[in-house]
Amino acid sequence: MGSIINAQQIINGLQLGSIYALIALGYTMVYGIVRLINFAHGDFYMIGAYAAYGAFFLFNAVLGGAGGPMAVATLLFAMLAGLSIAALTNRFAYRPLRYKPKLSSLITAIGVSMFIEYVFSATPFIGASFRAFPAIIPQSLFKIGSATVSNYVVIDLAVAGTLMIGLTVLVKWTKLGKAMRAVSQDKDAARLMGIDIEKVISATFMIGGAFAGAAGLLAGMTYPRIFPYMGILPGLKAFIAAVLGGIGNIPGAMLGAYIMGLAETFASAYNSLLGEGIAFAILILVLLVRPRGLLGEKTADKI
Amino acid sequence: MKRALLIVATVLAVFGIFGCAQGGGEIKIGGVGPVTGEAATFGVSTKMGCQMAVDEWNAAGGLLGKQIKLIYADDKGEPAEGATVWNKLIQQDKVVAIVGTVMSKVSLAGAPISQAAGIPMISPTSTNTKVTEVGDYIFRACFIDPFQGTVGAKFAWDDLGARKAAAIFDVGNDYTKGLSEAFRDKFLALGGEMVAFEAHPTGATDFKAQLTKIVQAMPDVVYVSDYYNDVALIAKQIRELGYTGPLVGGDGWDSPELTAIGGAAVENGFFTNHYSKDDTRPVVKEFVAKFKAKFGSEPDALATLAYDAMYLMLTGIKQAGSTEGAKIKDALAGISLDVVSGRVQFDASRNPVKSAVIIEIKGGQQVYRTTVNP
Repeated sequence: MGSIINAQQIINGLQLGSIYALIALGYTMVYGIVRLINFAHGDFYMIGAYAAYGAFFLFNAVLGGAGGPMAVATLLFAMLAGLSIAALTNRFAYRPLRYKPKLSSLITAIGVSMFIEYVFSATPFIGASFRAFPAIIPQSLFKIGSATVSNYVVIDLAVAGTLMIGLTVLVKWTKLGKAMRAVSQDKDAARLMGIDIEKVISATFMIGGAFAGAAGLLAGMTYPRIFPYMGILPGLKAFIAAVLGGIGNIPGAMLGAYIMGLAETFASAYNSLLGEGIAFAILILVLLVRPRGLLGEKTADKI
Repeated sequence: MKRALLIVATVLAVFGIFGCAQGGGEIKIGGVGPVTGEAATFGVSTKMGCQMAVDEWNAAGGLLGKQIKLIYADDKGEPAEGATVWNKLIQQDKVVAIVGTVMSKVSLAGAPISQAAGIPMISPTSTNTKVTEVGDYIFRACFIDPFQGTVGAKFAWDDLGARKAAAIFDVGNDYTKGLSEAFRDKFLALGGEMVAFEAHPTGATDFKAQLTKIVQAMPDVVYVSDYYNDVALIAKQIRELGYTGPLVGGDGWDSPELTAIGGAAVENGFFTNHYSKDDTRPVVKEFVAKFKAKFGSEPDALATLAYDAMYLMLTGIKQAGSTEGAKIKDALAGISLDVVSGRVQFDASRNPVKSAVIIEIKGGQQVYRTTVNP
């Protein structure tokens, strides 16, 4: 068992979990507020990665190449791109269907996802092929006990942690957060209290999109190869993480994401042929025992 | 009546002359490759290689006293198109032999047609083992997938001095799985130890769980049989985990993208390939120089193997002393010839027993390292 559960593997799992967490939050927030599984969310993550890629070359001359200022600039750019695409998608694809049957929005979400992917692969300066992602910060390695850790691990964990703390503060202690919670509990009552619910929904999408954009940058840096379909698999896994934690529940999504990251790592280390199969088996078991997810509230219908 | 006779006589005469011109003046050889479509550069290179061999032979007096005519067809990289092209070459153009094609899936569409018609075929670059299993008229000029794993293991053992090895491969891809299994089998047979043998799912981007296991088993060498895209990510991640030893792989590494994505991480990396333009053997130097003079570019592995395949086919016809399919295939089966990519002799399954080159990644460049014989 020493080669399966040890410090190095735990670090691997936490790093993977951090990226899942940032994506899962967007899924869970949007679900919490409009009861919609936004399947295009994985593509917001992809757009974040491409925005960071573009920003790197845009700012290269001004900021003098890789380093701290570049990292901050590309992170802001990636988040802004995720935020914008989320706001646009909400405004033009989901808002017109807000009071139509749930299935229409769900199918639209799948449509939006494919639309984004195909448009990106067909755009000449993006293209369907893989692109090498630049090193935004020079990589360095150091040892913690027997484990080798790169500064990228620290960055991934720090960015995810900071954003998650920021989100918790926002939801718990700001007026917008209060409004978000109100809308998620009862839209009609919230509207009667004078809350502009469309504004709140839009803000929720934008926060989720910005987080996915940040995840895109982190993923691009950590796994330096980007392509228009890169969002599908992490998007799916983050969605599963959100369900595992209890969809609609913010701490649940974080917990679910870290469990997914660790389970996937340990399962692949235990038997790489079965690999992720084991991780998904765990998920099925958890949901059999606790259908609402680990921290989810009891509700009659989920999707 | 006289008029009718005259017409018949004229027709006969015309056909006679035409027939003579066709039968007496030239030998037609078919060439096939994907000149358009997703693998267009492969088809273009293959065409250049075929043309160069034919031109050289014609300049040296042709074949069996006749000039050779290359009829080159485009299979577009699609099996259905390949079948159409094969039928056209055999039935309409009446070629006596075919050199083609690049992709295994398309060669597998053409091979049964060649076999049924008794027209010998040499595929320059289809590495899938099934291609030559179609029948005794089907040959190839390149080595097959498992062979690369064997050569990789031999190189790791002899040249790198590795005694403990690990491997990682894509569980959903027969090519990478086959290479890794062949590597493992050969490395064990040499007396080595496989300390880890790890799979990853297709489309994965995070390989750290498997790589951590590999690094902790402390191998002397890690065999990575993926395509360049995944190799680059695997290299990056294994270096992040503190592994500094050599990485070895197969011809799936052969792309400029490997160093573009992998950067410094793919240094101390080695892969098996069919040929290197930097090989120091005189035959290679001469070929590269002649190719550059003719086409203005350096020959890649595809052009070289197409040249070799055509050369083998023409030599087979010469040795058979006939353009009859059955005689050509017998001559090919017994051939032993030095071509640019090495010495070729066919085994019982009509696969060449030949050497492979090892290419090293050094300073972001592909550098010829050595030639390994089977």
